[in-house]
Amino acid sequence: MTGSAGGEPAGGEPAKERHRHLLSVSELGAEGIEEVLRVSDAFVEVGRRAIPKVPALRGRTIVTLFAEQSTRTRLSFETAAKRLSADVLSFSVDSSSVKKGESLRDTVETVAAMGVDAFVVRHASAGAPAAVARWVDASVVNAGDGWHEHPTQALLDCYTIREALAERAGHPVESVGVECFAGLRVAIVGDVRHSRVARSLILALGALGSVVTLVAPGSLLPPSLEGWRVADVSYDLDAVLPDVDVCYLLRLQTERGTGAFLPSVREYSASYGLTSRRAARLRDDALVMHPGPMNRGVEIADDVAELPRSVVLRQVSNGVAVRMAVLFMLLASPGAGAAPGLARSLGVDGA
Amino acid sequence: MVIRGGTVVDARGERVADVVISGGVVVDVAPGVDIPRRATVLDAAGCLVAPGLVDLHTHLRQPGAEEAETVETGARSAALGGYTAIVAMPNTDPPVDSAAVALEVLALGDKAPCRVAVAGAITMGRAGERMAPMGELAALGVKIFTDDGTGVQDGGLMRRALEYARGLGVTLAQHCEDAALACGGHMHEGEWSSRLGVPGIPSEAEELMVARDIALARMTGASLHLLHLSTARSAAMVAAAKAEGLAVSAEVTPHHLALTHAELAGYDPVFKVNPPLRTEADVAALRAACVDGTIDAVATDHAPHPPERKEDTLDLAPPGMLGLQTALPVVLAALGLDGDGGERRNGSIGNGSGGGDGGDSRSRLSPRAVLGLLSWQPARIAGLSRDQGGDQGGPVEPGAPANLCVVDPGCRWEVDPARLASRSRNTPWAGRMLTGRVRHTILRGEPVVVDAEALR
Repeated sequence: MTGSAGGEPAGGEPAKERHRHLLSVSELGAEGIEEVLRVSDAFVEVGRRAIPKVPALRGRTIVTLFAEQSTRTRLSFETAAKRLSADVLSFSVDSSSVKKGESLRDTVETVAAMGVDAFVVRHASAGAPAAVARWVDASVVNAGDGWHEHPTQALLDCYTIREALAERAGHPVESVGVECFAGLRVAIVGDVRHSRVARSLILALGALGSVVTLVAPGSLLPPSLEGWRVADVSYDLDAVLPDVDVCYLLRLQTERGTGAFLPSVREYSASYGLTSRRAARLRDDALVMHPGPMNRGVEIADDVAELPRSVVLRQVSNGVAVRMAVLFMLLASPGAGAAPGLARSLGVDGA
Repeated sequence: MVIRGGTVVDARGERVADVVISGGVVVDVAPGVDIPRRATVLDAAGCLVAPGLVDLHTHLRQPGAEEAETVETGARSAALGGYTAIVAMPNTDPPVDSAAVALEVLALGDKAPCRVAVAGAITMGRAGERMAPMGELAALGVKIFTDDGTGVQDGGLMRRALEYARGLGVTLAQHCEDAALACGGHMHEGEWSSRLGVPGIPSEAEELMVARDIALARMTGASLHLLHLSTARSAAMVAAAKAEGLAVSAEVTPHHLALTHAELAGYDPVFKVNPPLRTEADVAALRAACVDGTIDAVATDHAPHPPERKEDTLDLAPPGMLGLQTALPVVLAALGLDGDGGERRNGSIGNGSGGGDGGDSRSRLSPRAVLGLLSWQPARIAGLSRDQGGDQGGPVEPGAPANLCVVDPGCRWEVDPARLASRSRNTPWAGRMLTGRVRHTILRGEPVVVDAEALR
């Protein structure tokens, strides 16, 4: 996460506090990712309580500014904020109406003027959360911007992988650090070109030392992979499957015109869909993941989605805890990320 | 009026001399002239005295987008940048596809502190469907035709326009961009666009049209000018066309000689421009093409946009950046012998990272050669040679029209967008230090800029 409380400048005037943001996974590094996962452990525990709510962010105001269709991510962030006792304002902007009239800048400055601690921003334009971070005096969380990034999705995916690896080894998840990702073989399958999920996940797995293989038709690969920590690119899913620990399927976003990059959805499904016949090539303990919403019968067969190895629903439930962790780390008082402050905020110390 | 104590630089060479001006023309060029009584004296000690700069590519936005720029404010920016003539692009609203609009812009230009020539559109409404009345516009003195903003997509139509233009003695100038390949792009397609998740414009979108139009120039024998080239392979194709003897000329912008797509890392729309900022290798190749003569001119593509349009997300903000007031120092830093850099975020302008040529004088240009790229060479392409220093390519000598600029090559100054004369603020050089500043500009024998301040 970028930014931190600004230090005293040399010349006297107190520095305006710089807000912390989560705009890109690249800001976190392995250490930052590990910190998020560890704080998430505490919130997973909170989620198991009879009343899964803590006073950590009482009095804080969080705005979810969604300028693009989303149900899951928005609900997940709003649930996370409410379980932290923050006040949540929900704001929808129809991207097209922004195009026609009020500028995004005017919109967010207007909302910010009401007194907001954090904006959770989903936008069809890459870079929109970065722009919001420049314009307003508040923390900004990128909840998905165009084809660019979706950092909290990558973090919840990492959490889910770590949880599954801990279970496989018979250890409690808290005892497993990010070293479990080193050498982990992950295939990311599908429309990498237009996928913010893939960009964030590749950055996270790269930082953690995993071995990533992209599997996609050439027209759905990014024009350049320069600087990407990707071990291999393959056009042959069948050949890749037996060797991977995780098979991560991307959603084919036909509603956004991806169709023009393919002869047909049927042909895509035949070559790159995870059918049950293909899934049989996976090792017994390999995981199948998908960021949702799934196109059953396109990138994933219905019966494969229901297999125990498929952890799609665990991705969703972990999403709430990971987003609680991110909001908590950005908004709680300085130092609260350290264990005693965290424990207090979670009500463990008798709150 | 006397310009005293400078070094006169023109196509003929360099010499220390005073320049005496009377009646709109140069009347004497000699060291230590007697100053006539009551003559205005402009100090030029330590400065270069050169023919005024000529910009082949200025967007003045009038008529139609006066909130971004007007003929007056654009011409004032030009004068402050050392320009004594600019060619106004026709993509106004309405566009310059009729005599009426051309006459309106020319009339506004008559009062401006810089000569304003007008380019006409190749096709009606710049729609790429049928030819604009090029003959009627040529009769008004229009020498350059372009649909700039878009390229003429239909190769058959471009062929006919070139054939038609051949008989008019005018030049067709192409904005080389294949619309299908560029479709939806907001920056150079490559490493950075892939990382940032921004739709890209591949180099091939430009290069395909450069290749096609060179073929059409060969086929028709017409005169073709290629606007704002941005890739290494475009420059190579122009070099080959010239070696073949075709009537092809080409320009690059200051920003394509100095900045790369890495500037977009922060999604700042001020760096969104069309053609897009490209790679270090492209910057190096374009610099080399300026040095070896492949590129005839540096042209600004000065493209003002009001702040509210640029303060948007990268995909929605319009492409374009200001250029007139910063062109000379940026080009001196990129190409000049003493180019040490103007500050760049990603490496320096002058040495090493961009050009990879450091201080090697074989890959750098003398001040005279830099001024040639900015002054008498573009003047020839624009058909303005007579006005801009005479037919021989800009000598400052008795009898020549007194359109001059006086440049202090060592002056360091910081670019403050709010203090630029443009109505817009979209300069990529905001807050950066540049070396070299236009001190005085003389238009038709009258000072229009003195000590870096506009007089009108």
